[in-house]
Amino acid sequence: MNATAAEITRSEVEDFLFLEAALLDEWKLEAWAALFTADGEYLIPPLDDPDADPLNSLFLVYDDRHRLNERARRLLNKAAHAEFPHSRTVHLVSNVRIVERSADELQVRSSFIVTRAKGPLNDTYPGRSTYRLLVTSDGLRIRSKRAALELSQLRPQGKVSIIL
Amino acid sequence: MRLETPTRLLENMLIDDRQRGVFRVNRRAFIDDRLFALEGRAIFERCWLYAAHESELAASGAFVSRIVGGKPLLINRDRNGGLHAFFNTCPHRGATVCREDRGRARNFTCPYHGWVFSDEGKTIHRPIDTSYSPACMEDSTQHLTPVPRFDSFAGFLFVNFAQGPESLETYLAGAGEYLKNIQAQDRESMIVLGSPQTYSARANWKLLQENSADGYHASSTHSTYFDYIRNREGAVRDNFSRTGFGCVRNLGNGHAVSESLDGTPWGRPLARWIDSWGTEIRADVDAAYAEMVQRVGAERAKTICHGDRNLLIFPNLVINDIMGLVIRTYYPTSPSYFEVNAFALAPKHEGPRLRDLRHRNFLEFLGPAGFATPDDQEMLESCQRAYATQTWVQWNDLSRGMLTEDGPNPAKQDELQMRTFWRRWHELMRRAGETEAV
Ligand code: FES
Ligand SMILES: [Fe+2]
Repeated sequence: MNATAAEITRSEVEDFLFLEAALLDEWKLEAWAALFTADGEYLIPPLDDPDADPLNSLFLVYDDRHRLNERARRLLNKAAHAEFPHSRTVHLVSNVRIVERSADELQVRSSFIVTRAKGPLNDTYPGRSTYRLLVTSDGLRIRSKRAALELSQLRPQGKVSIIL
Repeated sequence: MRLETPTRLLENMLIDDRQRGVFRVNRRAFIDDRLFALEGRAIFERCWLYAAHESELAASGAFVSRIVGGKPLLINRDRNGGLHAFFNTCPHRGATVCREDRGRARNFTCPYHGWVFSDEGKTIHRPIDTSYSPACMEDSTQHLTPVPRFDSFAGFLFVNFAQGPESLETYLAGAGEYLKNIQAQDRESMIVLGSPQTYSARANWKLLQENSADGYHASSTHSTYFDYIRNREGAVRDNFSRTGFGCVRNLGNGHAVSESLDGTPWGRPLARWIDSWGTEIRADVDAAYAEMVQRVGAERAKTICHGDRNLLIFPNLVINDIMGLVIRTYYPTSPSYFEVNAFALAPKHEGPRLRDLRHRNFLEFLGPAGFATPDDQEMLESCQRAYATQTWVQWNDLSRGMLTEDGPNPAKQDELQMRTFWRRWHELMRRAGETEAV
């Protein structure tokens, strides 16, 4: 029996976000991409404007469903040099709140810290995510993930070569 | 400890043998602290440096504060429309006067003791100023200090930390034409979109200047990007990286451009359509192209719209006008670390569909989370780490195409653009070295 958006609990949402985090940490990136709906999107807004409109501002990531799938596939290629050999990451997800519910959709906010270790470098990416999650017969799916970094500059990390 | 004069520091730095076609750079240039200090004086304090785009300061009272060439600057437009560039430091005891990246202000209040400065940099209020002598009150140094030189070319604002005879226009030499062609992309003005991407790399800054117009690295460093494009677009022009198309031009004063007409596999919002954009977009692209033809003529419109350009302006400005249009400037804080500010530029009157496409196009390749830039950074950092072997492995080779570099079309995949940079770098470093040695 399908749950409706009204029935989903925070624990269920957390289980889903923890699954997403685990897929990313285990580099099961195609499975990560499969968590998105057909019209899904993945965004990293500008550091100084988490609510920016992608039409007027330069984002870091502005992926539609095709692009996020390609992002996942590309990172699995040995020639994605910034991530070869793969960095080791921990995606921590916390402070999960369901902030809005409609008939089949939830809006969820969470905080994250992602650590990335690669060769001599240990970098940290703190931020807040806003998700729009669709309630489907197969469980929750991501319609939109906006991962806003709480950094004033992307320094000294220098890049976001992983998926947040 | 043996003291080294700057001139000695530069010995054995460059091999530039045009006869044999051999060009080498000593890897010391990337790791030596004394050379790094000399670069500050010889290059960053003598050259014109890109500071801002006029569109960031379009409104009355608009300001930006940012680090340019390692120095904190406050750049603003006063209420009468005048543009100013000041050192962002209080004449009283030095506090940073403006601590916001951008905004609008009629005056600026120093947070430390509350001095207030007008939008023309004049000190207009000092709390309890009865305790100051007339000499202090009248001292012309007790205002915000303007940078020695500040000028604009085609909407691009530059500063120079030294007085000198060379105007910005003369300095830009052949690069000026390219800046004008960027300005011409809109009937009124180009605009910076939002705030810059502010990132960094753990590498020497000169490696980024080399990398930013390096046609030779594309097919290996960015093979995954081309795979992605190939999946989407079908066959990528298969001579993309091998036999080459387009050429490199030495623009004088250390500037260079790598350019081509068509040939690259991506689309350009202004204005070169590709299949995967679909027919709806095609009408927008065609209309943008027609507007350009009508305004600047068929020949120039073709160059601007169908061409791709990686423009290198000495010492630290890159304008990539490719699938996106990026102004990228950078400054080192040590021999092995630099900071980058990258701005997206667009025609002001571009419609929403093309604008959206422009953003998507930009980010598929460019920026610290694009499909290409992180791999560039990785390569630069891997070079830098390996220069720890400099004592045993001294030289970088930049000889590609050297015997034909004076011919009509030096290839993009060759290394004339890097040699142009290094020759200028070497000349300025030696010139400063000789002065200091006296
Ligand atoms: S340092 Fe600015 S008012 Fe004292
Ligand atoms: Fe590159």
